[in-house]
Amino acid sequence: MTATPAKAPEPATTPTPGPAPTPETGKVSQGHRRLLTRRDRLTLGLMAGLPTLLHVALVWLTALASIALAFTTWNGIGFDSIQWVGLDNFRELFTNNPQFWPAVEHNVVWFVVLILLPTPFGLFLAVQLDKRIRFSRVYQTAFFLPVVMSMAVIGFVWQLVYNPDTGLINSLIGANKPGHYIDWIGDPDLNLWAILIAASWRHAGYMMILYLAGLKSVDPALREASALDGANEWQTFKNVIFPTLRPTNTVVLVVTIIEALRAFDLVFVFNKGAQGTELLSILVTNNIIGESSRIGYGSAIAVVLLVISLAVIIPYLIATFKKERRA
Amino acid sequence: MHHHSPSGLALPAPSRRSLLRGVGGAALLGAGIPLLSACGGSGTAADPKTVSLGSNASDAVPKKAFAEIYAAFTKQSGIKVDVNTKDHNTFQEQINSYLQGTPDDVFTWFAGYRMQFFAAKGLATPIDDVWQKIGGNFPEAMQKLSKGEDGKYYFVPLYTYPWAVFYRKSVFQEKGYEVPTKWDDFVALCKRMQKDGLVPIAFGDKDAWPALGTFDQINFRANGYDFHVELMAGKASWTDAKVRKVFDLWTEILPFHQEGAVGRTWQDAAQTLVSKKAGMYLLGSFVGQQFTNKADLDDLDFFPFPEIDPAYGQDTVEAPTDGFMLSKAPKNKAGAVKLLEYLGTPEAEEIYLKSDPNVVAASTKADTSAYTPLQKKAYEMISGAKNLTQFMDRDSRPDFTSTVMQPSLQNFVRNPKNVDSILSSIERQKKTIFASS
Repeated sequence: MTATPAKAPEPATTPTPGPAPTPETGKVSQGHRRLLTRRDRLTLGLMAGLPTLLHVALVWLTALASIALAFTTWNGIGFDSIQWVGLDNFRELFTNNPQFWPAVEHNVVWFVVLILLPTPFGLFLAVQLDKRIRFSRVYQTAFFLPVVMSMAVIGFVWQLVYNPDTGLINSLIGANKPGHYIDWIGDPDLNLWAILIAASWRHAGYMMILYLAGLKSVDPALREASALDGANEWQTFKNVIFPTLRPTNTVVLVVTIIEALRAFDLVFVFNKGAQGTELLSILVTNNIIGESSRIGYGSAIAVVLLVISLAVIIPYLIATFKKERRA
Repeated sequence: MHHHSPSGLALPAPSRRSLLRGVGGAALLGAGIPLLSACGGSGTAADPKTVSLGSNASDAVPKKAFAEIYAAFTKQSGIKVDVNTKDHNTFQEQINSYLQGTPDDVFTWFAGYRMQFFAAKGLATPIDDVWQKIGGNFPEAMQKLSKGEDGKYYFVPLYTYPWAVFYRKSVFQEKGYEVPTKWDDFVALCKRMQKDGLVPIAFGDKDAWPALGTFDQINFRANGYDFHVELMAGKASWTDAKVRKVFDLWTEILPFHQEGAVGRTWQDAAQTLVSKKAGMYLLGSFVGQQFTNKADLDDLDFFPFPEIDPAYGQDTVEAPTDGFMLSKAPKNKAGAVKLLEYLGTPEAEEIYLKSDPNVVAASTKADTSAYTPLQKKAYEMISGAKNLTQFMDRDSRPDFTSTVMQPSLQNFVRNPKNVDSILSSIERQKKTIFASS
């Protein structure tokens, strides 16, 4: 652990000659002591510069433009139709939009559910699969398959399962007749949970793979030592294995937060974010994409989403890096 | 894949037809491609013998039908039509940037508020010269629909189709139902159907636009065409007692609608009419696409939404109309004008209608002898209408209908008791949206 930060600068120099093979082997040994050759510098400049340029243009500039647009109203027709409106978009959003607060709430619910149900379940699956049981690969594949599938496909499949008239569930329990109707897709009290089952189904597999990778890197000597100390399986897991999974937990938490904030495709395919399943990402899309072209207003929602993401991710990453540095 | 259409903005146009026709028409696609390539692709855009045309007719059947029209035009005039077809929904979503960039000379679009909006923004060229030639082919209501706010013509209509209450003739005969013309008869019929174990009114609002159609019907029947137009233009208030009355009437018939509507697609709702589980269905005539069995389709009939206020009777018909516009700076204006003149002729419409039996010609001069009884009835209803509306998302600002009206009406359908808070919320949001340019 302690070695990681110290090591960091080294790999940055070593791979440089790789992509630009220098045939003069004699110079390579000198290169370590001397400055990089001109060619190396050029390669390095290109390799670092191009991605930086693209990153700045496609991520930073667009993000900043979006923030700027959040304070304007623009219908997307000609730049001269952009009008500065100050905080109006946000005022409208916070006070007048009946979908905004439910959307924030649903994004939070999404995160809480993902972290409380499928994440521990994924860990459970990982621990079981780590025991080298028979057909481990088959199970791994089965649980991981939903992660490989496109969210849109998952949404489509589950939508067929939940279809109120012809879907699997209602047909099995006979809830597709007048009077007994269960509207999984349209009922705002049900539809979010119905979708979250689909989302959890996928998320568990994702978490399983992350934890499985973490478990593989746990030193077997630790298990042996705790076994010698007379700890049972649960004690070993709780006191020895789980604490060593801390780096994995960081990744899991960040991934889950990101998943909760960017949740979109599944819901969009499922019911387009109808009442009960509003999400910030869907509000952004509905306002900006398409003929509606409320670009300023949509950008304001996107900015709210950005602020929430930063507010959650930044403190956590700072805390994590601090701890790592101290360690 | 209608499920993927990004918003209810998709109008009751070919996209919705895609599902079944796409399957049926897949075989025909093979024939369409050679035709398209035969009339497009040669020569540059500035070529006086070529007109470029941006088309949203991405489904196999309309694509082929349009290709036949262009081929007939090329044969007649010697001018080639270079067709640039985009996916129907994509075309609609990108229309703003498309028209601002380098659009094709002529493009497909819909009549109504949105057409007038583009005209007012200078993104379309007036075509009064075209209308001098084709004006006589169209009834007055169609002429009105084709004008911008400035009174100039911007649009050449090709076909149209009505919204009405659809039912099965055999069901009505068997149970002795009579077509209701007044609101009270309509409610009484709903009650009777419920007693007979039918779902009186099939309903699916998962795509969020069908409820807009129900609102339109009740509103122009109860408050008249003029108020409807004012309301759609953002001038009248949604908290007006007149609007409240519309929702009260709607609440009265809502219990007769199919349960769980917000989770059901219009296709699934139509299936209950096909299987005779539902008695009636208020939708556009594209509902016929779901009747794949010929005998069932022949059994399908419709009646105009019943009268509510005798002052307005049944004088307004919701008849979305599709057609063509001329872009802001056409490269070959002379050729484009010739093409538009041709598209405004009964011949062009007849070619189109041969392959699409769910719509009727916009022109009164088109030959109606090949029409099915349903088409004839639709044609009579539309040509006899005093006023034509286009559907809420074509008659009003699309940002208002898609981001405010669609979710609000879904909410109302689920919670009719919340009508007051829903209406005041609509009015507040409307003010902001209509205040922006």
